[in-house]
Amino acid sequence: MTDTNLRTRASKPSVVETSATAIDTSKILGWGVDADPDNDPTYPYRDRSNDDHKGSWARPTRQEPEVELLQSVEHKQLPAVFGTASPPKWISGAMRRLAFRWSESNWAHWMILMGADRVNMVEGLVQDLGRGKMPNIPKEMGVPAEWKHNKTGLVKKIGIATLIGASIYGLTQLRGRHQSEKAD
Amino acid sequence: MRAMDYRGPYRVRVDDKPMPQIQHPRDAIVKVTRSCICGSDLHLYHGMVPDTRIGQTFGHEFTGIVEEVGPEVGNLKAGDHVLVPFNIACGQCHFCKQGLFGNCHESNPSATAVGGIFGYSHTAGGFDGGQAQYARVPYADFGPTLIPDWMDADDAVLLTDVVPTGYQAAEMGGIQKGDTVVVFGAGPIGIMAARCAWLFGAGRVIVIDHIDYRLEFVKNFAPAEVYNFKELDDVVTFMKKTTDGLGADVCIDAVGAEATGSMLQTILGKRMKLEAGSAIALHWAINSVKKGGIVSIVGVYGPTGNLVPIGNVVNKGLTLRGNQAAVKRHLPKLIDHIKAGHINPKAMITHRVPLDDIADAYHMFSDKLDNMIKPVLLPNGA
Repeated sequence: MTDTNLRTRASKPSVVETSATAIDTSKILGWGVDADPDNDPTYPYRDRSNDDHKGSWARPTRQEPEVELLQSVEHKQLPAVFGTASPPKWISGAMRRLAFRWSESNWAHWMILMGADRVNMVEGLVQDLGRGKMPNIPKEMGVPAEWKHNKTGLVKKIGIATLIGASIYGLTQLRGRHQSEKAD
Repeated sequence: MRAMDYRGPYRVRVDDKPMPQIQHPRDAIVKVTRSCICGSDLHLYHGMVPDTRIGQTFGHEFTGIVEEVGPEVGNLKAGDHVLVPFNIACGQCHFCKQGLFGNCHESNPSATAVGGIFGYSHTAGGFDGGQAQYARVPYADFGPTLIPDWMDADDAVLLTDVVPTGYQAAEMGGIQKGDTVVVFGAGPIGIMAARCAWLFGAGRVIVIDHIDYRLEFVKNFAPAEVYNFKELDDVVTFMKKTTDGLGADVCIDAVGAEATGSMLQTILGKRMKLEAGSAIALHWAINSVKKGGIVSIVGVYGPTGNLVPIGNVVNKGLTLRGNQAAVKRHLPKLIDHIKAGHINPKAMITHRVPLDDIADAYHMFSDKLDNMIKPVLLPNGA
């Protein structure tokens, strides 16, 4: 982005001036002489006639935030309406708060959120157990449907999982024996 | 009320949750009559969309009967049966004023790149969705549309996403009469995109997938030429050969982040999550379209980045177009198309599932069991 579009960050203006205000286009020789309204790859899904090139509009009534919201740093203001499902909490919540320090353009933002999702899954299990609820994981994963429609596939999956589990167990036992022999 | 409850990748169940409340003067509460599982819900189910939190209820394709409206909703009343577009749009922001209802700036605090979407992670606003007995519908004076008396409820629920998205996929292709159109993906969106390509005057419609029962369906439904890419040596070479060496005029990516067909993309995008999913369908689309052609993208990808041959986009002079469908914009035309018999969306529904069996439905849809194409949930019974 050039200085004509956005004033330099060094001067830290209190109001960011956009291309609509930075330069008086009437003083640019040849301004708009080749403008062609048909040269618009956004037709027909964008109605350019309603584009005022400004970031202000009559805002809807604002919803009152009653839960913790995490707002993208790219937003100028909190959108008028938002969801209130599953507010951030626990360790995953702390990770999500951290992630929102970075913009949507930054990989750290998304990678931390993905990490938080995995942590949140474990938190969900702990939450269930804390409430005295033993989650029926096979049912939650649709194993009954697999049994009904793909018995062979299910047996194969169980076989592979058993084989992997047994291999890991065997390797662990072998390593343990090896270490104890070394200690002797 | 009973509602779908996400517990982590590949794990969902139905739990009792509090009834949704009016939280904004433009809200409505609807009693859900139909709710679908969408192919893009599988990205959430597979843990591919960042900031998908346990406890959230998914579901962005639903119809319902209005139970209650907020004080600023003057055009709906209790008892109205409405279809609810998956986009949550205010109708008055900079983007909504331009008809970009999938890009509303007043419905999603978590991200600026996407507007609010029902039940689609916090990256899309943190709203609970419609895979529940009741749902909160923000901006109810703008989004929901009364279902005409003559319309089948199954057609109505498919107007909330599948039909407009398939239609917009074809529309963004800029299809001209006689054009060859290739649709990658024979899921519900690809099926509808192939059908709608004819409405724009396509001369030839080809659909590529690897699931035979879906190819067989679209072959008759669209109708279309169909090819299983697992039976082709090289998808792009085949496309060139079948189009006189030129390539297709228009390619549509109706697959998105979970595409099969490249081990590299699968490992990087689906297993290691180092890409925003596997982009092999988009890769093929870019390489199969002719020089100067158009690639229309409605397949859903994550927010980071993907390996695609962007150099070929430049060298071939391609136009890439993509967006979330602006459902509200399409509805009048699509309702007319259904009335005229031009499209018959409900033919795609293969399974009707009680809400309590949602875990089975997700698994079956994910693993393509029992020839499932489109499952519809009945949260409050038939």
